[in-house]
Amino acid sequence: MNQSDFLKSVLPFKDKVFRLAKRLLVSTEEAEDATQELYFKLWKNKEKIAEYKNIEAFAMTMTKNYCFDRLKSKQASNLTLVHSNYKEKDTSLDKKMEYRDSVSQVHKLMEELPEQQKLVLQFRDIEQYDFEEIGKMLDLKPTAVRVALSRARKTIREKLIKQHNYGII
Amino acid sequence: MELYKIEQLLEKYLNAETTLQEEATLKSYFSSGDVASHLQEYESMFSYFAFSKAETYAKPIQLNTKKKNWKWLSVAASIALLFSVYLGNGYFEEQRVKKQYAEVMSTLSMLSNNLNKGNEAMSSLYAYEDTVNKIFKTK
Repeated sequence: MNQSDFLKSVLPFKDKVFRLAKRLLVSTEEAEDATQELYFKLWKNKEKIAEYKNIEAFAMTMTKNYCFDRLKSKQASNLTLVHSNYKEKDTSLDKKMEYRDSVSQVHKLMEELPEQQKLVLQFRDIEQYDFEEIGKMLDLKPTAVRVALSRARKTIREKLIKQHNYGII
Repeated sequence: MELYKIEQLLEKYLNAETTLQEEATLKSYFSSGDVASHLQEYESMFSYFAFSKAETYAKPIQLNTKKKNWKWLSVAASIALLFSVYLGNGYFEEQRVKKQYAEVMSTLSMLSNNLNKGNEAMSSLYAYEDTVNKIFKTK
């Protein structure tokens, strides 16, 4: 596999890798580093990759594992990763969403979800993968994916309604 | 699309029973801007999902990262170090030989100086002996 073949097969999903990394690591900078690192790893293993039928699913699993490792090492060095630790360099997300508080509220609610539900929601409602692919990426049965997804959607909806009714933001 | 159909789809959506196609239908309904007021929370959700998907990774991806370069740099550095040690050693050796040569030369010249002094003394001695012989022979 030469460089151009490699890039042709892995570049199409670079944004998905980045968005997943950002979902888990929160900071844009960290997510960019993680994306770069992941592509470097893929390139080193390019011979192995050629054998995989679904490179994208494999890459997403790798990204997930890599991000979890990063989070673990962060915790080990006594650095807790919470949103307030980071000053986002580009606040475009916040700014663009100012006009609608409840939309940015979804971001926070999603952050509060358990890891698995967060991942499933990211893969389904943002990246539109089918259940089988998600199952492969997370090493889950499609039915388990369905259950986690249903819980995540319901949780976010209920919390949104609550906040809307009581004005707790 | 009629409202009751959307509501039906939403029910399925919450139970994670919608297909990707049905979810696309929901997305387009909620991005239309004309959303029934009792479905507001879904509008927030779908807007956020669409917004999140718009985020992209804009930086170029480098496949040959610093790590590899460091390896080559260290190899180059060690070669340079070995070479300079070799050169430095040659230079040092040369200096040492020069110093030895100078020392030997100065010792030799001192030796020859002293020998010459001895010779001079000897020549005066010969002159002495000659005169002594002359005196004895004449007697």
